[in-house]
Formats: sequence, structure tokens, C-alpha cells
Amino acid sequence: MSIQFKTIKELSSMLQSKEVSNYELLQETFKLVKSYKHLNAFITLNEENALKKARNLDNNTSDLSLSGIPIAQKDLFVTKGLRTTCGSNMLSNFIPPYSATVIENLENAGCISIGKTNMDEFAMGSSNETSFYGNVNNPWGENLVPGGSSGGSAAVVAAGIVPAATGTDTGGSIRQPASLCGITGIKPTYGRISRWGMIAFASSLDQAGPMARTAEDCAILMNEMCSHDNKDTTSLDETIPDFTKDLDAPVKGLKIGIVKEFDLSKLDSNVVKVFEDSKKHYESLGVDFVEVSLPNINLSVPTYYVVAPAECSSNLSRFDGVKFGKRCDDPKDLEDLYIRSRSEGFGEEVKRRILIGSYVLSAGFYDAYYKKAQQVRRLIKNDFDNAFKHVDLIMSPTTRGTAFEAGSMSDPIQMYLEDLFTVPANLAGLPGISIPSGYLDSKPLGIQLIGNSLQESQLLNVAHNFQMTSDWHLRTPPTRSK
Amino acid sequence: MTWETVIGLEVHVQLSTKTKLFSGASTTFGSEPNTQVDLIDLGLPGVLPVANKEAFYKAIRFGLATNAEINQVSMFDRKNYFYPDLPKGYQITQMEKPIVGTGSILINVDGAEKLINITRAHLEEDAGKSIHDLFDGETGVDLNRAGTPLLEIVSEPEISNAKEAVAYFKAIHQLVTFLDICDGNMAQGSMRCDVNVSVKKIDDKALGTRAEIKNINSFKFIERAINFEVARQIKRLEKGESIIQETRLYDSIKNETRSMRSKEAANDYRYFPEPDLLPVVISDKELEEIRITLPELPKQKEIRFIEEHSLEESEAKILASSKAMANLFEDASTKTKDSNLIAKWLVGDVSALLNKENISIEESNLSSVNFAKLIERISDKTISGKIAKSVLEEIWVSGNDVDLIIQEKGLVQIQDESILEDIAKKIIEDNPDQVNAYKGGKEKLFGFFVGQVMKETQGKANPQGVNEVLKKLLDT
Repeated sequence: MSIQFKTIKELSSMLQSKEVSNYELLQETFKLVKSYKHLNAFITLNEENALKKARNLDNNTSDLSLSGIPIAQKDLFVTKGLRTTCGSNMLSNFIPPYSATVIENLENAGCISIGKTNMDEFAMGSSNETSFYGNVNNPWGENLVPGGSSGGSAAVVAAGIVPAATGTDTGGSIRQPASLCGITGIKPTYGRISRWGMIAFASSLDQAGPMARTAEDCAILMNEMCSHDNKDTTSLDETIPDFTKDLDAPVKGLKIGIVKEFDLSKLDSNVVKVFEDSKKHYESLGVDFVEVSLPNINLSVPTYYVVAPAECSSNLSRFDGVKFGKRCDDPKDLEDLYIRSRSEGFGEEVKRRILIGSYVLSAGFYDAYYKKAQQVRRLIKNDFDNAFKHVDLIMSPTTRGTAFEAGSMSDPIQMYLEDLFTVPANLAGLPGISIPSGYLDSKPLGIQLIGNSLQESQLLNVAHNFQMTSDWHLRTPPTRSK
Repeated sequence: MTWETVIGLEVHVQLSTKTKLFSGASTTFGSEPNTQVDLIDLGLPGVLPVANKEAFYKAIRFGLATNAEINQVSMFDRKNYFYPDLPKGYQITQMEKPIVGTGSILINVDGAEKLINITRAHLEEDAGKSIHDLFDGETGVDLNRAGTPLLEIVSEPEISNAKEAVAYFKAIHQLVTFLDICDGNMAQGSMRCDVNVSVKKIDDKALGTRAEIKNINSFKFIERAINFEVARQIKRLEKGESIIQETRLYDSIKNETRSMRSKEAANDYRYFPEPDLLPVVISDKELEEIRITLPELPKQKEIRFIEEHSLEESEAKILASSKAMANLFEDASTKTKDSNLIAKWLVGDVSALLNKENISIEESNLSSVNFAKLIERISDKTISGKIAKSVLEEIWVSGNDVDLIIQEKGLVQIQDESILEDIAKKIIEDNPDQVNAYKGGKEKLFGFFVGQVMKETQGKANPQGVNEVLKKLLDT
């Protein structure tokens, strides 16, 4: 019996039919974790606790929707009693006294958290190379990055260790690694999932979401992850639908927009071909493609790299060596305590963004940068609002290409441009999903669908239709024996 | 050269909400360090603030009472700076859209009224406290106060001297305690203010360079700090020196202000809209509910006291000046119809005692029940006015019950005419010379006999009874 590469749906039925016990499932899972140690996908494991929970479930069966399903949690969600580092040296000793709402929601639904996944430090990065805990390797190839910042989560799902992992997406951190690792990941509408217990990067952009092998599993996870939370005033007070209900609805007659301003001719022609093939596939399902104009869309990356660093510069001020996290040895005085604790605790990329953020918020520059960026952000949102008067969804490549080699992208600006297709949905607060849509040199590639506000069901439905009629999502990376 | 002083005040009023501005932790004063701190107050990674509506309601009460604009959509901003007692590294405050806009308040200086305009009043969270003197070479941080709601009330620079500044601060104090939005306890720091002071030549149109004196928490110190600062600035200017824009600290022991930091050294607070909180919207219905539950304010009380109790305006003003004073008056009024008697005691003896010790009624031993009882015992003639004075003094010290004091000290007034007559007869017998002189036309001596009877009875004789008995015995 193998549990590797199984979906939630498959594991649930194996558990129900007692083909595998809860304990065996978790034991096998941890065996996989060990045999994939080279991925460096986990920062902290929760083995003892997880096995105990599984044992309990064998003794007291439960009818919870996700009963016994092993899940990996991005190390950005605080977990009570379990070290939470956010990929940073700053929090290398931080044991949270409480759990994030998403963690509680999933565990209350029966999920068993097996550990905390590696990530770019404080979610700042697109390749998982900024983690204090080392690079994560993409299961699809030696020395390939998994994308970021939810690189560890993407890698463990791609390697088939767990059927699902949590991710967070501030500028593409779920969708981009999903694309580079050949899995499915959805960033819901801003506010769908509580941010309580998510260590903030950029508060107005951060959104948690599921990463899994299929759109169907994402829908199952969404049902449990979403909630209106009184502890997060930006969480939406909207009815949460059963996201699995309309998965099978036909997509015939749907109108999908192709963004006129995205100049695909700048991409590798093979990447474009994969994208054109996906379009054809949808057309064969009865979808109509129309061109839509988002006049300000190409301002997204610069806008994002003003707004996100501004918020992060403030959000990360609490890491000052006074109350929790890293404190430097023998501080001379208060200033020395601040300077050395933060210099030693933060990595280069985090420092870069704190500097950018402090600069754009400083007196004399605020109007020219931060305020202007917020105005542009409003324009981008308006562009989407106008576009959705004409189309149901918008489709684009998720990334500019397939996974690149670690260390190959040293220019931060080039790295920032990785977010070209994903950032607009965050700026506009819209839901976006990435699904596997092809392979180049045995490396996966995804397409992104962006929906109107609160239209996750439709996104999942359209993605599910694609997966029911294609097998890109079923491919698995070459397995390695230990 | 004649100089003109220009003063603006930023008053920080601690709102008396049960819980903090953004967390469910209690705001009670004086608990063990760091016992009223929850995850949010600690600024732990992943926590989010939730705005406390009660604080908004209290701020709106202030706004309505000062005829201010209420911003029914108001927003929070972050003010970024590093300090150990500021757990998040930023303070959540209202910069762009404060809950309360332009308003005004009437102040009274030596009987003259002046309207001071209020620029704005906004909500913000208080910081914790750094404790430097308890630990050798280390600083302790107590976060109990962190997150307590403050209403910062910013005046226009329309205050002309220290006296007006104190009057303004007192007017705010009076108002917030009347509105029941702040306990008004200055010693516990429930009200503090920053004073902006500048001087200019009378003919100059432009304002002078200002200095900001931080964190003063008593009426007395406001007055002293301003007087010192004004004198300092004038002295510099007259010597041809300039004033540096800076933050200064008032040292109450040395009675001087000292430079804390210059404008150049000031933080760049990098304000920006707080992304963790949505704009707070106050509905018309909420606003109306607050409006109709506004309590009677001092001026309204004053007018009512004059109308209902036929008091003098000067008396009514004093009685309406504080909630506690007004309560003493109104509670006692239910026990006796003689409003003038009550007013006389409050404006006279009670006020005198308060002034002598420079305390408020809340800080004294005098309770409203006991005061009403004292008035009742005067009006039912159990004790005389003179005895009542000593009873009040006893209450001031012990806080004991009026009846208990009267009983224990045997202070019940002698009203029995036959007893008074016996005493009077004895006095007359003992002083034949005075009797003859009185009868010979020295009528002033009547007071001598009254005094003797009082002395004999240790002041317990009913004065009216004594008069009657003596008149009867001497004039017939």
C-alpha cells in the first residue's frame, strides 16, 4: 500500500474503508518526510504529537470531514506550542502561545499537522532562497528552486508526502510555487480566510490559501479554512458556500478574458505555446476567449514593491529584541540592542524591504511613493472591475517560465519581475488559482485564473473541469529511493 | 517691548472603557505589572487589533458636548517609532480622519468667559511604562497601560497665558468627568497634557517658534511650567537669541523646563493608514442614541439650579462646577427643602475645606449620604450651625457617620426651654453689673449673655431659644 501522491479524497476513503489506519498513514507520511529530507522542505516537525493524534483517532473514530488527513503548515502560521520561525533567524526560538485561526479550523476539521514548512524569510522571496533555514529543492529537478515564498509547502505536496499544505500569498506566494512545482494552489479573495495568527508581511495583501494536488482537494480545504473571524476585522462577513458543490458544473459558454497589456511575446515561445494549448483546451470545453484591457496592469509590480515593503517595514518593527525572538548578546544600550538584534535576526532581503518601506513612508517621500502607489492600486482595482463587466474570469500564465536554478537569479529586480502575473490579484484583493498546464524539459508550468471578488467557487469549477479532461496534474516527479 | 504669549494644548484623556482600545484586556489601574496584557497588547507575531466601539462612543460624547463635527467614518493610522514600552514598534492613532473634528469649549478666567476652539480629538492607544529605577542597570517594562484608549484633544493656539491654560484644562476635566468618559484622576495619570508655547511681539502677525512641554499632569504644574517657559523665551529673545523648536520636559522639583530633543532629532513617524483595521463607521442611529443619552452639562445644571432652587448665580456656578459637588447638592435637596441652607454650606464651609487641602470631593471623606444627613440635622434643629461646623471637621478627618459623631460627642442641641431658662437665670445672677448696665441702656451687652449661655452649654444651646429666654428674663 502506498500513500504517496494520494489526494485527500483518496486518503479519506482509504481511512474510511480501513485500508489503512490513521496511525499507519501518519507513520508512512513520516517515512516519506525522511526519505525526502534532501528537499529541506520542513523547518520543524510535529511527529510525536501527530502520531499521538492519529493513535487517538484509531481508538475514537470521528466523522469530521478531514479526519486523519496529514497536512503540512507553512511556518508563517503560529502554532501553539510548536516552534514558528517564519523562515527567519529572528524567530528561531519562538514558541507561540496560541494558534492561527486557519490552523484551528483545519485541526478542528480533523487534519493532523505534521510539521512546519520552509519558506522565504517572512514570506519575502520568489524562490525560497531567502530562508534562514536554507534553500528548498524542487522535487522536479536537482538544484531547481520550488518558487516562493510557500516553497516548502509546494515541494511537500509535489513530492507526494502529504496531500495538502497551507500557503500564504502576498504577491503570488501560493500560485507561483504551485506553478513551478506542478500542483494546484488558490489564493482566495482578500478577507476570506482569517489572518489571525498569520505572521504579517503586508497586511493589506496577505491571504492564506490551500495548496494541493487537485482543484477538488483545494475546494475541500477551502470549506474548512474559510471563516468569518471576529479577531480579524478585515475578514469578510460573507456567506461561505460549499466550494465543492459546483465543481462539476459545465463551463460551456463562459467568457474568459485575456489581458491585452500582458505582452506574452517577451516570454519564451515554448511557455507561450503551453499557454496557447491551455486556451485551446478550454475552447474545446466550450469556453469563449475575449481580449480585455487592464490599462494600468503593468504598473502592478512597481506599485506592489512600494505598498508591500511599506507595510512590512512597520509590521516587522515588533521584532526588536525586547519581548520575543532573537536578542543580541550583551547589548551596550538600547540602541545597540535594537541595531544588533535586528541586524543579526533579519536576512538581506528582509532588510532590503524594510529599507525600501521606511524610505517610501518617510516624510517628504510619502506622497510621491506610498500615496501614489495606493492611488495606482485603486486604478488597477477599477480596471478589474471594468473587465469583469465583460468576462467571467481572466486567464494568464502564472509565471514567466519554469523553475530556475538556485543562485541563478541574483538581481533583485529580475526576481521581483517573477511576480508580474500574480501581483495584480493581490493588489485588487481578487481570488486567483494556479493549475498545472504543461511541462517544458520535464519541468511543470501553470496557468492562472483570476476571478471576480468572492468567486472562488467559479475558479475551482473552471479549474476542476480542466483537470477532469487533462492529466497534467496527475504527473508526479521522479521518485527517489533513500 | 511687550510680548504676547500663544499657547496650544494637547490634552490626553484616558477613556474609562472596561477593556483596552484594541484588545479584551482590562484597563483597571494599579494591578501587578504585566497582568493586564493579552496577546494583542504584547504585539505577538500574528495578532490583529479589533477596535473597541465603547471608546468611540465615549469620544463621540465629548464631540457632541463641544459642538464638534463627528466623523461618522473615521480611520486609524500607524505612528512608527521604536521604544521598549511600545510593543508593536508603532502606535495606532488617528491622523487623517479623527473621530471628532472642529469644536469648541467655554473657559472661565476670573469670571470672564472665553471660547477656545478645539481643532480635533482623536483616539489612540497608550503605551506601556518603562521602569528605570527598580532594577540595577536594567529597565523593566510594564505593559498594563499599553493599549488603554486615549482621547487626544488638540486646541487651537488661542490660549493667551498660564491662567487660561489651567482654566482650559480644568474645563476639559470638568466636561469629561460630567460626561462620564474619564475618571478624571490626575494622580493616576488619567489626564495629561502637552503644552505648546511661543511668544511674539504684539504687533507681529506670524507666530514665534514654539517649544512643546511634554506630559504634565497637574493644574499647578501647567501653570508653573508655562510661566517658566514664557519667561525663558522672552529672556532669550530680549537678549537677541532665538528660540529653538524642541520638545522640553518640565521638572516640578526644580520648577524649570529642560530640553529633551530638538526638532532635528525628532522621529520621522512614517504615518500611514493602519491596514489591519477597516474604517470605523458610526451609523446615524448610533449617533442619535449617544446624543439623547448625553448627561446634563455644567452650564445647563447651573441654569436649572437657579430656576428650581432660586440660588444666586455665583452659588449655582460653584455647585454645578463638578459632578460630585452637584450630586452633594441634589442628594441633600431631597432631604430638606431649604436649598439655600445646602448651598450656603457647600459654597462656604465645604468649599473652604476643599480649597485648604486642594483636593476634590471624591478625594475627601465626605460622602453624599453623610452630607445630606448633616444638613438634615441642622434643619431639624438637632444641632446648631456652629456644632455642625465641628461635625463637618470631624467628618473631614474620620469620615464617620454624622449621627454617630453627634451621639458620641453629646452634641445634641439643647432646645428645652426650661433647661435654657435655668442656665440663663444662673448667668444673670452671676453677673449683676452687666445686668444693670444692660438695663441702663447698654443693649450691646445682650450678646455677652448669649455668649455666656453658649459657653455654659458648650455651644449646644439652640441659639434662637437662648435669644428668646434671655429676652424674656432681661427685658421684663
